Amino acid sequence: MNDEILLLKGNEAIAHAAIRCGCDGYFGYPITPQSEVLETLAALEPWKTTGMIVVQAESEVASINMLYGGGGTGKRVMTSSSSPGIALMQEGISYMAGAEIPGLIVNVQRGGPGLGTIQPSQSDYNQATRGGGNGDYEVIVLAPASVQEMADFVDLAFELAFKYRNPAMILSDGVIGQMMEKVVLPPIKPRRTNEEIARECPWASNGMGLKQRGVNVITSLELDPAKMEEKNHHLQQKYQAIRDHEVRFEAKQMDDAEWGIVAFGSAARISEKAIETAREQGIKAGLFRPITLWPFPIKEIGRLSHQLKGILVVEINAGQMVHDVRYSVEGRIPVTHYGRLGGIVPDPDEIVNALKQLQGLAK
Amino acid sequence: MKQEIIISGFGGQGVLSMGKILAYAALMEEKEVTWMPAYGPEQRGGTANVTVIISPEPISSPILSSYDTAILLNQPSLDKFQPKVKNGGTLIYDSFGIMDTPTRTDITAYKVDAMTTAAEMSMMKCFNMFILGAYLKIHPIVKVESVMKALRKSLPERHHHLLPLNEQAILKGMDIVTPLHLQP
Repeated sequence: MNDEILLLKGNEAIAHAAIRCGCDGYFGYPITPQSEVLETLAALEPWKTTGMIVVQAESEVASINMLYGGGGTGKRVMTSSSSPGIALMQEGISYMAGAEIPGLIVNVQRGGPGLGTIQPSQSDYNQATRGGGNGDYEVIVLAPASVQEMADFVDLAFELAFKYRNPAMILSDGVIGQMMEKVVLPPIKPRRTNEEIARECPWASNGMGLKQRGVNVITSLELDPAKMEEKNHHLQQKYQAIRDHEVRFEAKQMDDAEWGIVAFGSAARISEKAIETAREQGIKAGLFRPITLWPFPIKEIGRLSHQLKGILVVEINAGQMVHDVRYSVEGRIPVTHYGRLGGIVPDPDEIVNALKQLQGLAK
Repeated sequence: MKQEIIISGFGGQGVLSMGKILAYAALMEEKEVTWMPAYGPEQRGGTANVTVIISPEPISSPILSSYDTAILLNQPSLDKFQPKVKNGGTLIYDSFGIMDTPTRTDITAYKVDAMTTAAEMSMMKCFNMFILGAYLKIHPIVKVESVMKALRKSLPERHHHLLPLNEQAILKGMDIVTPLHLQP
């Protein structure tokens, strides 16, 4: 057996991947169901090997502001938490977006609102894809559906974050974080040297290259409204470029499908099983899985609505992504929602029943 | 052959680690696996359960509506999961503390007196390996050698002297599992 193939929890995979893809620093505070990220990093002691630092911060608010500082110097830095902790970070994420600071935030979602429950949920979809903090901004959101993707999306998120100078989020949940699967760890990528950072991040405020470029200022504040409007237009142009180039999705058994299930993350995995069962019963169903939740695959789902008779949106929440799907479909076909709340995860048979209800509705 | 398994019992019986060792053994044989635990407060003294899926093909849902095999180690687990065994599936239970034994006649039920046997042999720490042995007797989905390799990989080295004891428990578990004959 290849040594690089391991049986890992999703949370453990994130930690391994961070070290291997040249992450410079992690700042986090423990919370179920994501504590294994910090635990695994502490156990692996990357400061002894790659030089990556790992800090258990005093709070989530401290973590996100450490991310602001680290990212502002052009370093690849990340934090992770679960829903209530991510809620605390929203101010810092908005500041990062305003100051155009790259960084990776991992949310292993649990049920809410408030302190809620420690069980899995996808009820932070709106928060993740609508900014979440104040101001007109967007966060690049990747939704892994397997332990392998938990590992693979760490480097992808960093690449996107630095390409666009914007915070990126991995939006996972308690199912993907806690389950173990086979995972092939990503190739080792060394941490960037200070010279590489100076070259690739000429905007970074790190005290290097002062003679060549003058002082870099990292801030989200601008009191002159004309300049602030200009700044906002610049951000909006950047977001449009991300929408144009970075949409990611996966379609399964869609070629001959009459009925579509749109689902992300763990709900997509459960829906896949439901589709197997539905097909055994003669229902031609297929899966469309948005991988980027922002930017959302609007055009792709729009195109599908010309082929399908109806779409069932499966989410472990009360109906959040369903609004984006309806927006994409523009009323051409019926779109229904099925979800469980408060930490209950739907099982495949429940989804098959919801698919049958959609069929009834569409006839 | 694909196997969708639920293992359920009291916290502390080694339910999660038994599932992990089974999953690890399957990984050694280059099969696809998922291991999905109930990770709530039930680990701390209440009931604990884990869903393990082993398959030659990529696995879709880690969450299931019904199971090929249910391994049930206390009464609440038996009550909860007996109805969720697939028609023609397998139910394995430890008789210790069980008042209401399995009743379904469309599945095959097996009894394994692992708790009693482990106590008699002063091997309570290997309790879950007796159960794993019983399961592998009925569904030899992985080889015992692979389980031993998995144990060697997942146990810290300071516990490696216990490996022969674990193997003994697996083999004994294979001996003591018996079909439960129900009157239809």
